[in-house]
Amino acid sequence: MTVPVLSVRDLKVEFVTRRATLRAIDGVSFEIAKGEVLGVVGESGAGKSVTGLAVIGLIDPPGRISGGEILLSGMRIDHLPPEEIRRVRGKRIGMIFQDPLTSLNPLYRIGDQIVETIRTHTNLLESAARKRAVDLLAEVGIPAPDKRVDGYPHEFSGGMRQRVVIALAICAEPELIIADEPTTALDVSVQAQIIALIKRLGRDHGTAVMLVTHDMGVIAETCDRVAVMYSGRIAEIGPVQDVIRNPLHPYAKGLMGAIPTLAGEDKRLVQIPGSMPRLSAIPPGCPFNPRCAFAFDRCRVERPEPIRQGAQAVACHLYDHAAKESAA
Amino acid sequence: MLAFTLRRAVQAIGVMIAVGIIAFAMFRFAGDPVSQIVSIDTPAAEREAVRKSLGLDDPVLVQFARYFINAAQFKFGVSYQFRQPVSTLLAERMPATLELAVCATIFAMVFGILMGVYAALRRDTLLAKLCQAVSLIGISLPTFLIGILLIYLFAVTLGWLPSFGRGEVVRIGWWTTGLLTVSGLKALIMPSITLGLFQMTLIMRLVRAEMLEVLRADYIRFARARGLTTRAIHFGHALKNTLVPVITVAGLQFGSVIAFSIITESVFQWPGMGLMFVQAVQNVDIPIMAAYLLMVSLIFVTINLVVDILYTIVDPRLRATVSRPA
Repeated sequence: MTVPVLSVRDLKVEFVTRRATLRAIDGVSFEIAKGEVLGVVGESGAGKSVTGLAVIGLIDPPGRISGGEILLSGMRIDHLPPEEIRRVRGKRIGMIFQDPLTSLNPLYRIGDQIVETIRTHTNLLESAARKRAVDLLAEVGIPAPDKRVDGYPHEFSGGMRQRVVIALAICAEPELIIADEPTTALDVSVQAQIIALIKRLGRDHGTAVMLVTHDMGVIAETCDRVAVMYSGRIAEIGPVQDVIRNPLHPYAKGLMGAIPTLAGEDKRLVQIPGSMPRLSAIPPGCPFNPRCAFAFDRCRVERPEPIRQGAQAVACHLYDHAAKESAA
Repeated sequence: MLAFTLRRAVQAIGVMIAVGIIAFAMFRFAGDPVSQIVSIDTPAAEREAVRKSLGLDDPVLVQFARYFINAAQFKFGVSYQFRQPVSTLLAERMPATLELAVCATIFAMVFGILMGVYAALRRDTLLAKLCQAVSLIGISLPTFLIGILLIYLFAVTLGWLPSFGRGEVVRIGWWTTGLLTVSGLKALIMPSITLGLFQMTLIMRLVRAEMLEVLRADYIRFARARGLTTRAIHFGHALKNTLVPVITVAGLQFGSVIAFSIITESVFQWPGMGLMFVQAVQNVDIPIMAAYLLMVSLIFVTINLVVDILYTIVDPRLRATVSRPA
């Protein structure tokens, strides 16, 4: 078996505050293979973005990685000294943030920002880096790139700026791209273009992509596999078609039931009662148990570990047949 | 760009006309100029002759037009106390004030920005907290007190620096400079610090606050995600964004440095325009007061114009709005 591009094992991230230590990520494990797109979905505060930031080493104090390991193509990167993780950022892992309007420095020409990034990570000379910047802009679909390279960020539309951000993220040919809600701030019509672009780039360069979003439509369209996060844990992970057609975890079921369909009759969408617990008040056992219609005694005491179900893995006691049988 | 500059220049001229009206009004309302010039026992006929020779019996509008045309050519009349043209007096005094103001501003900018950046980047260190504490003192202590304390320490007790005057000056054309002699430079140190301390603390606090704000911005986080060096992020990306508002404040402060030099010049007996102005007020020397008012306004207006232009150079977003006139 080949080494996955990204391998996260039992990752824990804590935020130390004056009152208490909050655990934002509690034992998350997943892998992304070369050329694979992993979608990460969940409600706001489920830990999707924090997972992405932890991988690229941008968790700022008072936050810290308190456990587990992160391996990039087999190399452990979670405890690298700041200068070494900096060399990994931008070169081996590219990141795309949510808001393209604020991701670019308004005072510098976009070409200069790309050239700066290229020259930080390679030995290219100014002129060669500039040529590469123009090529990159062409690759991400910016018209007349040789002219636009001298433009300032405010001269670009939101969608075009997100293309520039993507060009910046891929300029050193990274192995992994982390896209943190790359389409949330964009018009619906532009969203599809950006998603298609990320997908194409991933395919052309064999780049692994971690796509953080709360848009199930984007997931269905783009991803190979999907991880459903809830309260800092992965509730369910598996191939995207399986998880969407046949969700196993009660939370994933609720999530899929909440997607409106065009063909749908006038049925009310399924609603998950309650809301996700605050980080300071995560219930013992399964964090979903207060909202779960199928919860039983064990769910309130014991934390479920991922259980394989075909190609999927689900962290839910309902699927622990071995335990059920032995109990019966 | 040109249209923008021209529009700003026209506005500046408007401001100068308004100031001119106020300066002119000083002559009309601050007592009868004739009685300032002549002695108490001058006969009435002679007074009328003086009045006529000065053109003070003409209609107000004619007088104003004449005053304004003269002022536009830097002719501000004759000082009552010195019996010399005011423009000559100003030209003699201006180099001293401008040199002091420039040195004070450079001092304020250099130390203000350095301390501000340091206080923002290493904000939990003892030195950064010390900077904050010192800046409070700088903001709250009045200028004259700082000046006197400095004189007491460095001139009276230690005897390192002169307590008053400009030291030796070198004449270059009509300009006199103290920058080329040792005594001139030594004489410049304390007045510059006194005058610049308030601006320095202001700039330091502004830079610190702006820098902290900018460091939280998304593009800084994205710059980090791109793997840029800390150095490039702090000094290339963050500092440049920080400086946009700092330019405005520092520019406007340069105007008030010149205006506030009155106090510093009085404390250090600095032979500049401010000291001359204080003496003019004591002697009701209206031509000097009016000319000083006009000069300070002119400097303010010019600085405003320069700041606006500088702004568009630093921030490309403003260039875009400029090319599309509103």
